[in-house]
Amino acid sequence: MTAVIQASNLTKIFGKQTAVDHISFEVQKGEIFGFLGPNGAGKTTTTRMLTGVIPPDAGTATILGHDIRVEPVLAKQGFGVVPETSNAYTDLTAWKNMMLMGELYGLPRPRAEQRSSDLLGMVGLLERKDQKVQAYSKGMKQRLILAMALLHEPQLLFLDEPTSGLDVQSTQMILSLLRDLNTQGTTIFLTTHNMEEANRLCNRLAIIRAGKMVAIDAPEKLKTAIDRVHKIEVSFDREIPDNTLEGLEGVMTANRTGDKWQITTRNKDATIHSLVTFSQQKGTAIVTLNTLAPSLDEAFLRLTHEAQP
Amino acid sequence: MNPAGFSEQVRRAWAIAKKDIRIYYLKGPVLIFGVFMPLFLFLAFLMGSRQLPLSFLISGLVGMSLFFTATAVSPAIFPWEGQARTLERLASCPVTVEAIVLGDMIASTLFGIGITIITVIIGLALGLSLLHGIILVAAILLAACCFSAIGMLLAVPPTNVPSNIMMLSSLIKFPLVFISGIFIPLEQMPPWGLALAIFSPLTYFTDIVRYSFTDTHYFPVEIDIASLAVFTVVFTVVTMFLHKKTMPQRM
Repeated sequence: MTAVIQASNLTKIFGKQTAVDHISFEVQKGEIFGFLGPNGAGKTTTTRMLTGVIPPDAGTATILGHDIRVEPVLAKQGFGVVPETSNAYTDLTAWKNMMLMGELYGLPRPRAEQRSSDLLGMVGLLERKDQKVQAYSKGMKQRLILAMALLHEPQLLFLDEPTSGLDVQSTQMILSLLRDLNTQGTTIFLTTHNMEEANRLCNRLAIIRAGKMVAIDAPEKLKTAIDRVHKIEVSFDREIPDNTLEGLEGVMTANRTGDKWQITTRNKDATIHSLVTFSQQKGTAIVTLNTLAPSLDEAFLRLTHEAQP
Repeated sequence: MNPAGFSEQVRRAWAIAKKDIRIYYLKGPVLIFGVFMPLFLFLAFLMGSRQLPLSFLISGLVGMSLFFTATAVSPAIFPWEGQARTLERLASCPVTVEAIVLGDMIASTLFGIGITIITVIIGLALGLSLLHGIILVAAILLAACCFSAIGMLLAVPPTNVPSNIMMLSSLIKFPLVFISGIFIPLEQMPPWGLALAIFSPLTYFTDIVRYSFTDTHYFPVEIDIASLAVFTVVFTVVTMFLHKKTMPQRM
């Protein structure tokens, strides 16, 4: 795997406040990498350092093989940025905004026109391409800046809360586009507050709190890693006497809830094995067997709370 | 294509200039302000100083037009774009700070030249004869670059409140008009006034315009041209250096 983003000891200090405190991570080619954190955690500052908008006070960021401080233009040529707040020129039409982007990225005019037509069509704005952006709704503006960011076919896309405050239709359109782009090979760095979005889209997640990285892993691993005690829910096709399951290997507690048993364990694997063996020995069939992982919301809250200074 | 190469960056600066012209300059109020502001200043002085010849005042009008128009809009572009977050869009694009500044300078240079041509035409319509046309054209080109660099220099303080910059801009621009031989001929200035005038690029441009229309001048034309060239280079280098320093503070 090739790292398209390599952040090493990235630090930003505003006055006496350390907004980002020596964070290091890598994003591999083809990944959708989620960057989560509560408000004021340093997400946007980190994104701004990675995209060369503000310089870090310490540390380095290498984007697509180029140090963002040493070769900013070469690095920026390879990525696109979708900020949280639309920053298209509202006094220009969508088409003029696209043409401006084409010129700023050095695209030949016919190529820029072709790509613009395709992209505006894809985000449902082609029919309103000659309208000034100031007349656009928030969702339309957000779709436009996504199209602007994709004009030069970037290998890497930075998105900062791309669906924040959007209607369901625009949100679904953007998320579907991101999945398609990723399938075609675009690496995505996604800053979001939306746990469900992160859970469904991202291969890996990083959680930042008070400028420090507190966790970085796959969503499922993050969810399970926060609890040493796991929960398993099991049901059988016939009645199991009380206290029977508590004697099995790995089982700490077993409580009946309706027709199911909720089991706590420190060793999920051993417990599942012993439940299967138990059902075979007793000649009963397992009807359902679920491992109850905490939600990403719970993982996020736990991780950010634990890291609170 | 090397995106970081000089020619590619100049091409991208031209794209920024076109954007500026569309958004900030080709607006009715801006164009009207560009023509009327120096015209009314000129008329006010014409009524108050009847002993000065029209050719002297028209030369001043041309000098003022270029100075005011080339510095009218450019100081406010960065604060406006900082407020609208479009500056962040530019900063995340593969363009250097120098290219962004150059783009803004090109737009104000072209705007300044366009409006100044109108005032030159007014002068000719009022009966003045153009004696040194090529020198005047060269001076307008050079001075437009110089004044647009001054305009960008005024935008250096990293504020995103346009009114702050416009106040600072007026505070510097108006005194400069009064010490640059526009309303008072350099020959009639007190020694301290003349000492100040030497440090104003507008002095040299007005001197050349006067030479172009009346064949009279205070400094040798070579000195006027050389001074404008030096001011242009110094202001351009300084403004690009300072914007590179202050740009991150706007984000």
